Amino acid sequence: MSAVLTEPPGAPPAEHRRLSRGARLWAYALAVLLALSAARVFAGADDLTSPGTLRAAITAAIPIALAGLGGLWSERAGIVNIGLEGMMILGTLGAGYYAYYQGVWVGLAGAMLFGAIGGVLHALATVVFAVDHIVSGVAVNIIAAGVAAFLAEVFFADLDGGGPTQSPSLERPPSITVPGISDAAADVADRGWFLVSDLAAVVNALTEDLSVFTVLAVAVIVGTGWLLWHTAFGLRLRSCGESPSSAETLGVNVYRYKFLAVTMSGVLAGFAGCYLALVASSGYQNGQTGGRGYIGLAAMIFGNWRPGGLLTGSLLFGFTEGARLRSGGESVHALLLLVALGLLVLAVWQVCRGRRAAALASAVISAAAMWWYVSTEEIPGDFTVMTPYVTTLLVLALASQRLRMPAADGQRYRRGEAG
Amino acid sequence: MTLPRRILLAVSAPLLAFVAAALVTSVVLLGSGDSPAEFWQVVLTVPDGRQLVDIVNYGAILYLSGLAAAIGFRMNLFNIGVEGQYRVATFAGALFAGQSLLPGYLNTAASVVVAMAAGAAWAGIAAVLRATRGVSEVISTIMLNAIALSVVAYLLRKVGSREGQVIVTDEIQRSSWVPSIRLVPGESTELYGLALLAVVAGVGFAVLLNRTRFGFELRATGQSETAAVASGVDVKRMVVVSMLLSGAVAGLIGMPELFGASHSYGSTIQTGIGFTGIAVALLGRNHPVGIAVGALIFAYLAQQAIPLGILADISPEVIAVTQGVVVLSVVIAYEVVRRYRLRLEQAQVAQELRRQGREGQEVPA
Repeated sequence: MSAVLTEPPGAPPAEHRRLSRGARLWAYALAVLLALSAARVFAGADDLTSPGTLRAAITAAIPIALAGLGGLWSERAGIVNIGLEGMMILGTLGAGYYAYYQGVWVGLAGAMLFGAIGGVLHALATVVFAVDHIVSGVAVNIIAAGVAAFLAEVFFADLDGGGPTQSPSLERPPSITVPGISDAAADVADRGWFLVSDLAAVVNALTEDLSVFTVLAVAVIVGTGWLLWHTAFGLRLRSCGESPSSAETLGVNVYRYKFLAVTMSGVLAGFAGCYLALVASSGYQNGQTGGRGYIGLAAMIFGNWRPGGLLTGSLLFGFTEGARLRSGGESVHALLLLVALGLLVLAVWQVCRGRRAAALASAVISAAAMWWYVSTEEIPGDFTVMTPYVTTLLVLALASQRLRMPAADGQRYRRGEAG
Repeated sequence: MTLPRRILLAVSAPLLAFVAAALVTSVVLLGSGDSPAEFWQVVLTVPDGRQLVDIVNYGAILYLSGLAAAIGFRMNLFNIGVEGQYRVATFAGALFAGQSLLPGYLNTAASVVVAMAAGAAWAGIAAVLRATRGVSEVISTIMLNAIALSVVAYLLRKVGSREGQVIVTDEIQRSSWVPSIRLVPGESTELYGLALLAVVAGVGFAVLLNRTRFGFELRATGQSETAAVASGVDVKRMVVVSMLLSGAVAGLIGMPELFGASHSYGSTIQTGIGFTGIAVALLGRNHPVGIAVGALIFAYLAQQAIPLGILADISPEVIAVTQGVVVLSVVIAYEVVRRYRLRLEQAQVAQELRRQGREGQEVPA
C-alpha cells in the first residue's frame, strides 16, 4: 500500500489555538469546581466534593471512559458499536478468570483478549459481511451475556469463595500514594473551606491510593488522541469513517483499517471490563457492567467523538455515580440545585440568542428541579440510582444538535461500490 | 431462476445459521468439558404436553415483544427500549386493573388500553427526543430502560403491599381474569387467554404493513429515507408514530400473564423479554410470519434448556449462547445468500445478453 498522506494544513495556527484551548479547559474545570463548592457549602452536603466521593467518581468514570474510547476507535472508522456492552462483559469474565490464576497483569491481558474476541466477532459481521451495525451489536451483546453467564459457572462454581455467578475475591492492581502531599491535602480537604478544601480534595484523590490501572487508562486515552489525530495511521483510520470510498481511491485498505479499529474497540472495552472487575470491585460478578458500555457510548457522543470530550462526559457520569455511592440522597439532592441553576443560566443564554422554545424548555426543567430541591430533604434511593441515565438523556437532549459524527458512521461499505 | 432453486435459496440461510449455532454451542460445551451429545439429547427430546403449552405461552409473549421491536426496525428505527416500555406498561396496566374501577371484562379491556398507552408514552419520550432534538433512539431507549427500572421500583414501593419477599400491586378482581384455554387434552397447564392477543397483533401488523398507506411509507422510509422524503413522506412524523405504535405493542407483552396467571404486578416480573424480542425480530426478518417462527424457536430452546442442569449437569445458561449465535449467524447468512443470489442473477443476465448478442450478430451476417 502506497503511503498517500497530506499534513493537516495550517499547523502553526493550530499550535496557537491549542494553547488558548488549554487555558479555556482549565477555566472550565475551575468553574465547575467553583459551582460544586458553592453547592456543597449552600446545601450543606459535605460529602459532595470529599476525597472519598472524588475517588469513587474516578473509579466510576474510568470504565465508562474506556468503553467510550472503544466506541471512539470503532466509530471513527465508521462502525457503530453498541456491542461494547457485550465486549465489556467478556472483559470482566476474562479478568476474573486470568487474574485468579495468574495475577492482575495477566488478568488485564486476558480481559483484553476476551474483549478482542467480541470485537473480532463484530468486525466479522459488520466489515466482512456488511451486516447492519446495530443488529450485529445487539447480537454480540446477547452472545456475550450468555457466554459469560455460562462460563462463569464453569470457571468459578467449584472454587473456594466463588459461585456460579461470581468469582472468588481477587487481588487488586497496585496503587500509587504520594507521601506527604496526600496527607496534607486530606487534612485541608477536611476543613470545609470554600474552594480551597475542594481543590485539596482533588489533589488528595489524585495522590492517594490511585490505581495504576487508572493511570494506564488515562495514558491510553491521551495516546489514542495522539495516534488518531497526529499520525498518518490515524488520518487513514478516520478517513475510513468520513469517506471510505475516497480513502479507497487513495490506496487505503479500508477493510483492514475498519477491522483493526473494531478489534481495538473490543480490546479497550475488555480493559474497561477488567477495571470494573479488579479495581471498581473485587472480582467478577454476573451483570457487573450494568449498561456501562452504553453509557460509555453516550459519553462518546456527548464528547463529540473526541477523546477529551468523552473523558469529560465520563467524568460527569462518574461524578453523579460517585456522589450517589457515597452519601447518595444528600449529595444528589445538592446536585439537583446545581442542575436547576445551570439550566437557568442556559435558559437566559438561550433567550439572548433568541431561541425562545429551547429557553422555555430549559426554564421549565430548571423550575421542576428547583421545586424538587426545595420540597424535599433527600432523594429516594431509586432516583439516585437513575441519576447517570437521566443525566445522559438530559445532556444529549440539550447538546445533541451541536454534535457532528463521522460522516460515514454506521453506513455499509463495500469495496468498489463507490458511485 | 427455477422454483426449486429459489426455495432452496430461501431456506438455506436459516438452515446455515442453525448449523453454525449448533457448531458453536457444541464447541463451547466441549471447551468447558461438558458433553455436547448429552446436551443435544436433552434439547432435542420431543416436548410433552405441558412443555408444549409452556412453549406456546412463552412464544406468544416473545412474539408480541418481537413485533414491538419489528415495527421500528422496518423503518430503521432501533427501539432497544421494549424492555422498559413493557415494564412501565405492565405496571400501569396492573395498577389500573387492581383499582377495580370498572366491572368484569370492561376492566380488562380498559387495563389493556392503559398498558398500551403507558408503553406508548414511555416510547414517546425517545420519539420526541429523536424528532425534536435529534437524539439517537438507540441511546435514549437504553437509558429509558434503566430509568424505567428505577421509576417502577419506586412507584411499586409507594403503592404496593408486601407479600413475603416481594412487593405486589393490588390483586385484580376475579371477574376480570381471563380464563385460559385447554390446548392439550387432559393437561393442567393451559394457554393464557390473552395469548390470542399475539394473533390479533400479528394480523394487525401484517395488514398495517402491506395494506395501508402508513405501512407503505414505513417500509419506504426503511428502504431509502431520501427517496421517501422526495415522495413526500414526513419522516419526523413517521418516527413519532411508529415509535408510539412500537411502545403500544410493547404494552401488550405483559398482559397474557397478568390476566392469566399472576393477577398483579410484582417485583418478580420476568426480565429480559424485551431484549429477547429484539433477537426474535431479527431472526424473523421483521416479517409477521417470520417473527412467529423465531418466537417459537426461541421459546422451544428456552423451555428445553430448563431440565439441562438436572439431566445432563450442564448450566441452562448455555442456551443463551445458542440463541445469540443463531441471531448473528442468521443475519450473516441472509447477507451471504443475498450476495450469492445477486451474483447468480447477474450471471444469468450476462448469459442472456451474450446469447442475444450472438444472435444479433448472426442475423446481419
